[in-house]
Amino acid sequence: MKNKEFKTFSTQLGGVSRRDFMKYCTIMAASMGLPLSAGAKIAEAVVSPKRPPVIWLSAQDCTGCTEALLRSTHPTLEHLILDLISLDYHETLSTPSGHLAEEAKAESIKANKGKFILVVDGSVPLKDGGIYCMVAGRPIVDIIKETAAQAAAVVAIGSCSSWGGIPSADPNPTGASPLSKVVTDKPVVCIPGCPPNPYNFLSTVLYFLTFKKLPDLDDKFRPKFAYGRLIHENCERRPHFDAGRFATEFGDENHRKGYCLYKLGCKGPETYNNCPTILFGDVGSGSWPVGTGHPCFGCSEGGVGFHKPLFSKASLHLVTTPDFYPHVVETQGPSVMGTLGGVAVAAAAAGAAYAAVNSAAKTLEEKEEGKK
Amino acid sequence: MDINRRDFLKVASAGGVLLSGVGSAQAREAKPRIKDAVGMLYDSTVCTGCKACVSACKQYNEMPPSFSSNDKLWDDPLDNDSKTLNLIKLYKNGTAAVKDREKDGHAYIKRQCMHCVDAACTSACPVSALKKNEKTGIVMYNVDACIGCRYCQIACPFNIPKFEWEKTFPQIRKCQLCSHRIEKGGYSACAEFCPTGATIFGKMDDLLEEAKKRLTYKPGEYRKYPVARVDGKEKTERLVTPYVPKVYGELDGGGTQVLYLSGVPFEKLGLPDLGPKSVAQQSETIQHTIYKGMIAPIVVLGGLVYLVHKNTKDK
Repeated sequence: MKNKEFKTFSTQLGGVSRRDFMKYCTIMAASMGLPLSAGAKIAEAVVSPKRPPVIWLSAQDCTGCTEALLRSTHPTLEHLILDLISLDYHETLSTPSGHLAEEAKAESIKANKGKFILVVDGSVPLKDGGIYCMVAGRPIVDIIKETAAQAAAVVAIGSCSSWGGIPSADPNPTGASPLSKVVTDKPVVCIPGCPPNPYNFLSTVLYFLTFKKLPDLDDKFRPKFAYGRLIHENCERRPHFDAGRFATEFGDENHRKGYCLYKLGCKGPETYNNCPTILFGDVGSGSWPVGTGHPCFGCSEGGVGFHKPLFSKASLHLVTTPDFYPHVVETQGPSVMGTLGGVAVAAAAAGAAYAAVNSAAKTLEEKEEGKK
Repeated sequence: MDINRRDFLKVASAGGVLLSGVGSAQAREAKPRIKDAVGMLYDSTVCTGCKACVSACKQYNEMPPSFSSNDKLWDDPLDNDSKTLNLIKLYKNGTAAVKDREKDGHAYIKRQCMHCVDAACTSACPVSALKKNEKTGIVMYNVDACIGCRYCQIACPFNIPKFEWEKTFPQIRKCQLCSHRIEKGGYSACAEFCPTGATIFGKMDDLLEEAKKRLTYKPGEYRKYPVARVDGKEKTERLVTPYVPKVYGELDGGGTQVLYLSGVPFEKLGLPDLGPKSVAQQSETIQHTIYKGMIAPIVVLGGLVYLVHKNTKDK
């Protein structure tokens, strides 16, 4: 992209220099594990004059996912994303509210039918006709169904819309369900987490804008670049686990030394996410739960987060070899005694056989004598 | 028991003549190496004990973890077992300060089926459930033929075949040199995933040549060691350390298809001192000597019948 071309967009991007903009796109490419040349492609997609519209519907959400996005730095939400995409409806970030907001949404959907991206945060209550979450006087489940039918792509951000999240915790009185239960005719890309790392969401959206297709998804429709590995596989405390060094109580000697938190209930071994790799908040190393000394509770994993007790031990999805070794000769069980015993047994058997033959012959002889 | 000197000498000499006549011609010949046999070369001095081979073997043979600790947190067997076809063990002496040194040193050893040239398990198996593949020489297990007698487990001088005691429908488990991967054009997972080149796969001729070449290297010099396959492109340059001047498996026990090089005496690593005759050769010689043509058993039976008859005759 030439400097001349870029200048026409630079005001839209808040006066960012071409150099900084290219840097940002390259960083985004790298964080998705794409080759650096993809950064140039991302840049092209970003400054394309047609900003894809995004409709953001919120169901049983806490606004945490939006809050996480607000704290992203590359790109910052206001300077880059609001100019990259046209966020036509968002309960928190929309300028208008009430009827005006609803009108703006309806217009955008009409104008961009089949072309907009639908993002949903929060779980969808299905019990009793969905009355437990009403927006603009209607159950949100109906609004979502209508809107999703006309969307080009559907993204579920956060654990709630991905698999149910907090509202779906036992006894789930509202029938809180993941988005995939409501939108069944299209693949629903899931970005779980409570909240998810904002870059997992941003990277996925940018990937879609750049390559016009979704990144590789796993069997739960989560992008593999972020959710392909267990937290346990990337954890900085893994060497402690492999060597059997565990903290057993909060504040004890081992906890202070930063040992593995498995025995304190860390759910890293059964949770898929990239927290230990990209951390949170861009504030340096250790800025994630385990890094601060608290066990992971599996916020992004359905069946683990808000379901398994915080301090119960995780089940291990991948059991691997430890730090220690078996020895060449494990001194267990008798060996010398066995050999001697064997000899004794053999000798006894031979002797018994001889005696038996002898006594059998003698008995026969006596019988013969008796007969005479 | 009353037997006169005359009768005794008759029986003894007759038996002796027969046995000696039968005994001399039955020595079982050694089996030669198969021409295009494949195998592995494990160099203990190159091994860093990372256990990637143990993980890879578990994964590609779909074996569950094997627990020896109460917590059940790791795949930590103490020896090869019915779930662990490949294992890295540690030799440790004193302070274990220096790698590949016998005294106050440590070394690693990889244990799996040796795929012997003249396999004892194959010889012991009464139903030929264990057979050497004619092309690759891999000792392969056929679960459909196996009767679960475990003779192979007793016969193996390396204590490798393991019976699945814990299962309702048990099998014998041992390394199959990833023949299921070789069929598809691949090679053994342990060699493929070894990052240092401690375990390499290849044809026996090439591996023997490589092993003997390494014994000529001078400790302290830098040499290129192949990684993953002996005929592969990937090589790593490393510092040569002293070797015990022997390729274990070249002749040991009749020869094996997994060769070993080490800086520490092989007995210390748990590899038994077997001599050039294979276990199969020795046992089959005895068997054939005793049972050839069923002559000796008949003679012995005849002798016993005679003795009993003698002792029960009317006086």
